[in-house]
Amino acid sequence: MPDPMRIRASEKDGIVDVKILMRHDMETGQRKDAAGKTIPAWFINQVSAKVQGRDVFNANFGSAISKDPFLNFKYKGSKGDKLTVIWTDSKGEKRTDEILVS
Amino acid sequence: MRYWFPRKDTYMNVISKSCLSFYCLLTIAVWPLFSFAQTTADEIAKYREMIADGNPSELYEMAGEELWKKPAGPKNISLEQCDLGMGPGVVDGAAARLPKYFKDTNRVQDLESRLMTCMETLQGISVQSVIDAKFGAGPKKEMDAIVAFVVTKSKGKKVNVSIAHPKEKSMYEMGKKAFNFQGGPYDFSCASCHNAPGKRIRLQDLPNLTTKEGAIAGWGYWPAYRVSSGQFWTMQQRINDCLRQQRFPFPIYGSDFTIAVSMYMAVTANGGITQTPGLKR
Amino acid sequence: MKHTIKMPLKKICIFATIISGFCCSLVTNAQSTTFDKNFTVMMKESFRTEGIANITRIDQDANQKLCSDEKFYMSKVGAIKAREIEKKNMASIAQPADGNYIGDWKSGEVIAQSGRGATWTDTAESTVGGGCYNCHEINKKELSYGNIGPSLWNYGKNRGYSKELIMYTWNRINNSKAYNACSNMPRFGHFKLLSEKQMQDVMALLLDPNSPVNQ
Repeated sequence: MPDPMRIRASEKDGIVDVKILMRHDMETGQRKDAAGKTIPAWFINQVSAKVQGRDVFNANFGSAISKDPFLNFKYKGSKGDKLTVIWTDSKGEKRTDEILVS
Repeated sequence: MRYWFPRKDTYMNVISKSCLSFYCLLTIAVWPLFSFAQTTADEIAKYREMIADGNPSELYEMAGEELWKKPAGPKNISLEQCDLGMGPGVVDGAAARLPKYFKDTNRVQDLESRLMTCMETLQGISVQSVIDAKFGAGPKKEMDAIVAFVVTKSKGKKVNVSIAHPKEKSMYEMGKKAFNFQGGPYDFSCASCHNAPGKRIRLQDLPNLTTKEGAIAGWGYWPAYRVSSGQFWTMQQRINDCLRQQRFPFPIYGSDFTIAVSMYMAVTANGGITQTPGLKR
Repeated sequence: MKHTIKMPLKKICIFATIISGFCCSLVTNAQSTTFDKNFTVMMKESFRTEGIANITRIDQDANQKLCSDEKFYMSKVGAIKAREIEKKNMASIAQPADGNYIGDWKSGEVIAQSGRGATWTDTAESTVGGGCYNCHEINKKELSYGNIGPSLWNYGKNRGYSKELIMYTWNRINNSKAYNACSNMPRFGHFKLLSEKQMQDVMALLLDPNSPVNQ
């Protein structure tokens, strides 16, 4: 089970500012280990955020995104929104976290 | 002074005019040298501000809080009764008072050596197993997370390290001597790099650890997450790598030398605000 | 009556002060010796050998001992010791076996750029770099330089290319502490960090009229 995300979401004047920290190695597949072997690629490729089933953000990540990605976006919403964030990676692993907008 | 303002009808007129233009040219020529270093420092400061939001240290802190509460080791007990100096289980503000003297071990301990004591006495996890582990692996990986959690609970607090106990005073004095101890094939000591203002290696500014302002810049910012390597470094790891670059032999994890220099930095930083866990480039 | 009591009292006071001062210094000396003993024990128990970084690296030579103690170094006795150490350092410098002081500046630049070598993650076969840019500005084109040492831009151009300057520069690179006992600069020749060829190449970077440093 992948490590949890840290999500912060606060609303002001009808706009919700969402900040997400994701825990992921984001290996590009270009790096070599100390023995000279290539470290296989492994990275988040999809991120989506929904509020009560409605899409508010979708992203295709890739190998260009750095380790432990930090994502910040805004959407039109209100306090008390139940925000669900899901990421999937190139190995098919998935992580889902939820937060109530403050 | 009179040469600044050329007097008409005197031969000094010509000389003072050329002096004036010489000084102007000199200032213009020399200014970029000063402003280059300043611009680079400003740019790095701007970069730090940009990435300050979303410090991946928080991911370690989250994991650390869970580990603090999770029963572990042969005794299957959590760390929740660990005494970090303010009583069993008190984490809030504890890191800001370390290193300090502990009666039960009869020695001055920093955060990591104290956590090892708790792991051994409460959980049955051997101190040696933590010492022997490589940085960022096994028990040291868990240590990273627990340290991130504990220091977060002192974020924004004033460094408040006491030297009232004779062992604390002695550890501080040892730390001062250790700080200035030259060794290895480069003759480096901590002081070689960290004893004066305005020093830098390549473009990396070096805090002057002998003053309060410099000491808090160092002691108040590590442990930190390093963006360039994607790793979280505790203070022990930071000291370890300093000594590697000083071409010293390997400092044993949690050894008295590391606690002594920590004591020296912390006491020098007393009263400064701690920003840990930090975020470094 | 008063006069006869005053005189012995004064003498007693002086005597008491001398005795207590003497005892005080004995205690202080004892304390600093205990402190020093404890410090030495701490150093021994806090480090271990790793890779090529041997535990013996914390055994200080006279130069390191002197410069670890600022109070002593700044004292009159310390200054005398410093001059003594500078002389010893100077006497230990070897001149190049082939009599050639100027090598290849292109290689010199590579050596000046590399800060590698001699750590516990290096091997005995690792090429040790000079790490010169860590502390010095050298070729103005290289913007990433430190400020712990003076700028060496136009080193030869500004100073001329005399025999004296060449000797001085060779000595400085070999053992900077021949000129200044507590110089921050490592003793590259003394500790065999750089080979003779490497030092000849660094010399060329600074003293070859064709080097970019002297344009």
